[in-house]
Amino acid sequence: MQFGFLLEQVVNGLVLGGYYLLIALGLSLIFSVGGIVNLAHGAFYALGAYISVEITKYLGFGSAMVLSPIAVALLGILFERFILRRFYDADPILSLLVTFGLAMVTEQAIRIIWGAPPISAAIPQGLRGSVFLGDFLFSRYRLLILAVVAAVLVGVWLLLHKTSFGRVVRAGIQRPDMVAALGIRLQPYMTAIVMLGVGMAALGGAFFAPITIVHPAMGAEIITVAFVVVVIGGLGSFWGVVLAAMLVGVVRGITIHFAPAAGEASIYVLMFLVLLVRPRGLLGERIEKFE
Amino acid sequence: MTRYSRRTLLKAGAAFAGASAIGSPSILIAQAARIKIGHLVPLTGFLGAIGSYAQLGVKMAAEEINASGGIMGKQIDLMSEDSVNPATASTKAQRMIEQDGAVLLFGEISSASSLTIMQVAERNKKVFFSTGARSDALRGKDCNRYSFHCDIPNTVMVNAVGTALKQKGMVKGKKFVTLTADYIFGHDLLKAAKAFFSANDATLIGDELIATDVTDFSPYLLKVRQAKPDVVCCNLAGNQVTNLVKQYAEFGFPYPLVGFNLNTGDAWAMGEGNLSGTWPTVWYHTLDNPASKTFVEAFTKKYGKPPENHAWIEYITLKMIAQAITETKSTESDTLIAYFEKQTQFDIMKSRKAYFRSWDHQLVQEAYPFTVKPKNEMKDKWDMLVLGEAVPAAGAELESIYPTKTQNPCNMKA
Repeated sequence: MQFGFLLEQVVNGLVLGGYYLLIALGLSLIFSVGGIVNLAHGAFYALGAYISVEITKYLGFGSAMVLSPIAVALLGILFERFILRRFYDADPILSLLVTFGLAMVTEQAIRIIWGAPPISAAIPQGLRGSVFLGDFLFSRYRLLILAVVAAVLVGVWLLLHKTSFGRVVRAGIQRPDMVAALGIRLQPYMTAIVMLGVGMAALGGAFFAPITIVHPAMGAEIITVAFVVVVIGGLGSFWGVVLAAMLVGVVRGITIHFAPAAGEASIYVLMFLVLLVRPRGLLGERIEKFE
Repeated sequence: MTRYSRRTLLKAGAAFAGASAIGSPSILIAQAARIKIGHLVPLTGFLGAIGSYAQLGVKMAAEEINASGGIMGKQIDLMSEDSVNPATASTKAQRMIEQDGAVLLFGEISSASSLTIMQVAERNKKVFFSTGARSDALRGKDCNRYSFHCDIPNTVMVNAVGTALKQKGMVKGKKFVTLTADYIFGHDLLKAAKAFFSANDATLIGDELIATDVTDFSPYLLKVRQAKPDVVCCNLAGNQVTNLVKQYAEFGFPYPLVGFNLNTGDAWAMGEGNLSGTWPTVWYHTLDNPASKTFVEAFTKKYGKPPENHAWIEYITLKMIAQAITETKSTESDTLIAYFEKQTQFDIMKSRKAYFRSWDHQLVQEAYPFTVKPKNEMKDKWDMLVLGEAVPAAGAELESIYPTKTQNPCNMKA
């Protein structure tokens, strides 16, 4: 029975990893292509949550899950065009400062618009409760999240590996100078990558709003875990991020099973160990422009 | 493009910080004829959500006092800041007393931060009213002469909910699993809960210590199911409570969820249909008495929403402080302590008056268990709770639900 309980934690950890993945994948993409550590990524996650709560009031849950990420992706265009674009070639500390500043500005803007106290959100009645698959208990709602994450993952993978868009993006990660020499401007691609990245973060926010507290600082809370996932997974690697997200979810679950108080610390210990053995992360590639 | 090195940035930052430190004393001199009161409350972190309500309450009280002529003809200068965490709370408290000239301090929700401010108060011989911290230990082994405690302590919350649970037959012979906030407050609450369980023939079959920044409770919920309890009991704090209740509803477990700690602000953030069970509260805006109704009306008019229990407690605390200074015509710590230790009675918008107990400085007052209102009976989204009968029952001594001298001894150094 003990083993069954443990296995249940492992499976639950994989589901949670899927949610971390939504946020970490965009963070990793934006860094890989643009060389920018987007400290404002959590702000888009928070905006996704707040906007979805608003839309749910008028159009219902389903529309909110679709429209909120789209709205945030459109904001991503402005973000890329008027802010990020100025910092691709600049000293990395400048983009760190500007995205950090933007994260704070967004958090305060949320306070001004929606107020400092948290706002309430709930799962639709039909999606509540647990289902049993064999011996495993699943929250019905999280199964839905898992399905959505899987669909997004397949979509992003196909986009990056089976389209001409993806070829340019991947070439741009490794050899931006060569891409430029071939007469391809990377900027529109960067806009699209930022849209995709912040849209995925908003999707995570929208889906987690009904089951976690929706408050102005929620973005700052999620960004740390997302960074841990990106660092463990290694930069530039799609599957590295996927693997790391799952690993983080599972390690946290197993730790909580044996030593509940150490649950949150476990993911940082994991990061420490991975960096000790593989400083580049699990599947990190050698990216010339960052060496 | 101009490039700035890391060093230049650091220098600029240091220069800026230095300039602001030098700049502030001149402002202080200009306002010497005012009474300076320091207020600290968490505005960030897992208690920040309820802290934001606290700040609304204290601002309103200060504005009312100043509009009616201030205290002894002097305007109150309220310095209200984010206490952030125990270390920062202590640093800010020290700075407010030493540099900013605060005559006394009040506020705080976190028991851990309150403890560090209590130490600053004692060291500087300034009075501190801890408004929202609930650990028994602060009134017991950690107590000191300069600190007063306004909120109900953990033992009272356990007694308030415990009485209601006993009436429903949910205690005797039942198996409990508790989820506990992993800091002084949670540990303290678990201790009070354990005492209650063993005194009432209930068994504790599992406890999970949970870090204050946890947002995903699913691994803990799986462990709850594995333990198969009769009742699940929440000893969490702030955002933890909201997150747990939302995810408990998500998983839809059959075991009833109750809790020994909840603030109205956490409940309002939970979302429709998520909260159930029996919980304690210190005050709620639907309390039926004239003073409370007047306050709720004024607050709602000003802020567009009813006051949360922290807004209320900050409001009444500043009013009690103002009353004490006015009546004693003094801001001296010794005079104020003597005034409160006389067990002066205060109207705190409840049917019975309250007073600070002389030996541990606890504000002795009524508390209430509550259950959740069915959706079709709610007047608005704030109207979520059905208050039970006040505890202790009418006729019983108010102190009967508070820890006794032997249960929670406090030795104050003179």
